[in-house]
Amino acid sequence: MKTLLKTTVAAAAMALIAGAASAEGKLVIYHWFEYIPQELLDKFSTETGVEVVMDTYDSNESLLASLKAGALGTYDVAVPGDYMVQIMANEGLLDTIAEGELANKGNIAPEWADPSFDPGRASSIPYQWGSTSFAVSRDVYSGDIATTDILFNPPAELSGKINMLDAQGEVLAMAALHMGIPQCSSDRDQLRALNDMLQEAKTHWASFNSDTAKEVLVSGDAAVGQIWDGFAAKGRAEGANIEYAFPTQGYVVWMDNVVLLKDAPNRENAIKFMDFLLEPENIAAVSNFARYNAGLTAVGEFLDPSLAEQPESNPPANAGPGVFIEVCDQATQEVYDQIWTNLKK
Amino acid sequence: MAGGAAPGGSVQSKTYREARGWLLLPAWVTLGILTLAPLTIMLVYSFLTKEFRGGVIWEFSLDAYDQFFFDRGLFGDEPPRIEWTYIGIFWRSIWQAGAATILSLLIGFPTACFIATRPEKERTLWVFLVTIPYWVNLLIRTVSMKFLLRDEGPLSDGLIAIGAISEPLGIVNTNLAVQLGLFYSYLPFMVLPIYAAVERYNFALSEAAADLYAPRWTVLRRILLPVVKPGIVAGCILVFVPSLGSFLAPDLLGGAKNFMIGSLIEEQFKGNAGNWPFGAAASMILLTLVLILLIASARQSQKRDG
Repeated sequence: MKTLLKTTVAAAAMALIAGAASAEGKLVIYHWFEYIPQELLDKFSTETGVEVVMDTYDSNESLLASLKAGALGTYDVAVPGDYMVQIMANEGLLDTIAEGELANKGNIAPEWADPSFDPGRASSIPYQWGSTSFAVSRDVYSGDIATTDILFNPPAELSGKINMLDAQGEVLAMAALHMGIPQCSSDRDQLRALNDMLQEAKTHWASFNSDTAKEVLVSGDAAVGQIWDGFAAKGRAEGANIEYAFPTQGYVVWMDNVVLLKDAPNRENAIKFMDFLLEPENIAAVSNFARYNAGLTAVGEFLDPSLAEQPESNPPANAGPGVFIEVCDQATQEVYDQIWTNLKK
Repeated sequence: MAGGAAPGGSVQSKTYREARGWLLLPAWVTLGILTLAPLTIMLVYSFLTKEFRGGVIWEFSLDAYDQFFFDRGLFGDEPPRIEWTYIGIFWRSIWQAGAATILSLLIGFPTACFIATRPEKERTLWVFLVTIPYWVNLLIRTVSMKFLLRDEGPLSDGLIAIGAISEPLGIVNTNLAVQLGLFYSYLPFMVLPIYAAVERYNFALSEAAADLYAPRWTVLRRILLPVVKPGIVAGCILVFVPSLGSFLAPDLLGGAKNFMIGSLIEEQFKGNAGNWPFGAAASMILLTLVLILLIASARQSQKRDG
């Protein structure tokens, strides 16, 4: 399919863009929105003389779609989440980093050096990690929030005031935790029950939105919001009286990773950039800005002291397990896609 | 579109007659690359087999259209029944776009008449005022609309302050908010063509009718409306068609709880489903609907002119 696509006019236009971008001394990054501080990119440019160009995306799925639609060969590095690294590797979208190419590879924390989604860190380095759960306005609700019932079977005060992330993976993973079933179940009764549970839960939800997940909590438009931990911390810093929940049923853990893309037009600069991000001082700058955790050793001294103490980074003793989003096979995934369509029809 | 341009004047000069083909070349190239080629790709893709997680396999398949019209249950192995999900999504979109069009017409028609009856010097200023919001990006205008309508927003607070309502409005994340958003986004597309038509209307005709004792309502219905109808039809099409495919207003103002045509198609390419042939098929069905609408309206105006 890829070769055929390349014959189309659209792909030819893409190739032209890629050609223009591969001029000497450039680095083209494809990154999440509102995540990396501009000062850090400037610092990299100053240190190496490489000009940095960045495009942004708002979900792992749109990153994948745009790369598969012909953007491969345009970008040098991207920042997919854990499960998406595995999917992108399966799709042949990643380049392999040879042993010894990264001078700072030893800085990776041992627990993140050989993750299941990228064995041996063949194509990626850790970027940031954190959790996805939900935050509740303490102005509206004062009861116990350490339960997924808040999202799926909420008390009357919160019904109709819930914003969910507009992301299939995160909503369905949370729903699986709520019901205590596997994320990639092929048990028909479980799947039917999941479908029914979500239909019922939706009657309590006000909206689905990822881009404004933080803003709706700060403005008070929503009293509960499914949200990433760092966004909840930022929302709190912006004055929202919200508390981030660690449900006893469990919560979603994620890790974003910098990957080397196949056909990177500036491969050398990409390696330089990855080495740059493997220096504790630099990755700490991202953590301090985005309020997530870094996956390197010796990063502690560069971190903002308040980061280690923030409640969003410290699950209480009664918190359930943190689980990664799983990658389902095609037949199973199609049922989950159908459940998602049913939910939003 | 409102019949404003002079009808295809014949080319007199020899020089121009020879150059005519060349002069059209840029337009044809633009149309070919930007419209025909993507449409062809979309048509072809809608008949291909989907690749898991986005992309297509080059094998002919009717699966995409089958999925649109037939429901085979959650696990895809039940006997096929009519699938109402997607028809329902299309119907909702048509209804929302229709409501926004009617709202635009109700506000746009009097506005256009008002502008057209101002002294000539003032008209330019009024038209200019109508277009001012268009200097601002659609996304920003839609977000601003949300800030106006929200429960703690100025509209709700204002109405509570004057005692018109006692509870917050509760408009955001409803269909009404989507309709208001679409109406606000596309109102000038209604005003401008109607204005162009009314401006050319000779108001002496109305006076003549009044002299012959026609009541005001009859003058409007039997004299003014038939003359400016092409402008009204053009305005309605210009508001209805973009409203039908929009996804900003439904996402931001409607809370994205229910797919509209636009967001359903977007999900097939940018979402988890990654079902490109289905997205292409839904686009083709939308395109067919719009085409039928345009052909019907073209036929009607032909009948009238003929």
